[in-house]
Amino acid sequence: MRTGPTGKLLRRDVVAELLRDRGGLLAIGGLGAPAWDITAAGDVPENLPLWGGMGAAAMMGLGLALAQPSRPVAVITGDGEMLMGIGSLATIAVQRPRNLAIIVLDNEHYGETGMQETATRHGVDLAAMARGAGIGDCRLVKTAEEVTALREAIHAGAGPLFAQVKIDEAPVPLVLPPREASILQARMREAIMGPAAHLQ
Amino acid sequence: MPDATEDWPDQIYGLLKEHDIRQVALVPDAGHSRLIKRCLADNDMRVVTLTTEEEGIGMLFGAWLGGEKGVLLMQSSGVGNCINMLSVPIAHRTPLPMIVTMRGDYGEFNPFQVPMGNATQQVLEAMGTLVKRADAPEDVAPTVNATLRMAFNTYRPTATLIGQRVIGAKTFGK
Repeated sequence: MRTGPTGKLLRRDVVAELLRDRGGLLAIGGLGAPAWDITAAGDVPENLPLWGGMGAAAMMGLGLALAQPSRPVAVITGDGEMLMGIGSLATIAVQRPRNLAIIVLDNEHYGETGMQETATRHGVDLAAMARGAGIGDCRLVKTAEEVTALREAIHAGAGPLFAQVKIDEAPVPLVLPPREASILQARMREAIMGPAAHLQ
Repeated sequence: MPDATEDWPDQIYGLLKEHDIRQVALVPDAGHSRLIKRCLADNDMRVVTLTTEEEGIGMLFGAWLGGEKGVLLMQSSGVGNCINMLSVPIAHRTPLPMIVTMRGDYGEFNPFQVPMGNATQQVLEAMGTLVKRADAPEDVAPTVNATLRMAFNTYRPTATLIGQRVIGAKTFGK
């Protein structure tokens, strides 16, 4: 797994490892770079890349995890997106969904709007906030070995799990998913429920 | 036959069962307290208390992705917290039924409730939500039923506003 100029992990390599041999894993990508990251790893129906809804990615993961308790659900989002919906960590901790993992790719910047600094740049500790909310397994991830261990934990179903992954801030090429969001939801529903999804 | 002036929360609960609602997202309101108790007592419903109402929009979108139906319960002030997040069910064309108890609507005592209460319907409609009001107890159940049907049959945000004339205005003893 490569590192960038800052010595931190490259975001695309992190996401490629997390989604490797994913089996039935369902992934929600927070708006902006994480949505492009999960798309770069493979634009598959089990991915729901977000074009908006900033602050709600983790809660989407909760609703999905409760509806599909036998499948692992990974929310892969950014530090800015997580900060906007930080209260949802309390909501999720109370519900204790064992199959939900929330992974924050923390580059300490708002990448889509000109690389303005986020609060994590100034010491705000997202993993500590998740721990304080009551999520049992909270990790700060900085190395390739820790990413691989995180991948195993996502599939183990011993969540809820929260990981703050420190990543390099250098921008990477856009890999855009379909922009018609009705396609994105319908293809995931069909992947989960088959054609009957469209007759619900 | 039970009196509709008292029975309407139980009628809503019955409709939630009829529509196979499995996830109930809410920020509590006194007007919803009886309905919330019924839902909490039901092992087939997951009641999720939110820190802010827009969380519920994300959650119910996720529920629909996974094949479960949900409903969002809140007070009119909470509608203001949901505005931009309504883009999620609109862009994805997914159901989002909301049952809103009104404050700042009819005989309100608290000045802070009036701005959002007065704007609730316009704000929801400005964001593409189908809104129906129930201002008499006997209108609550048919209106909620229509709201649930239009959400799940036509894939969009819908809302029933239950007027303060039904719930009664909180007077703080004044």
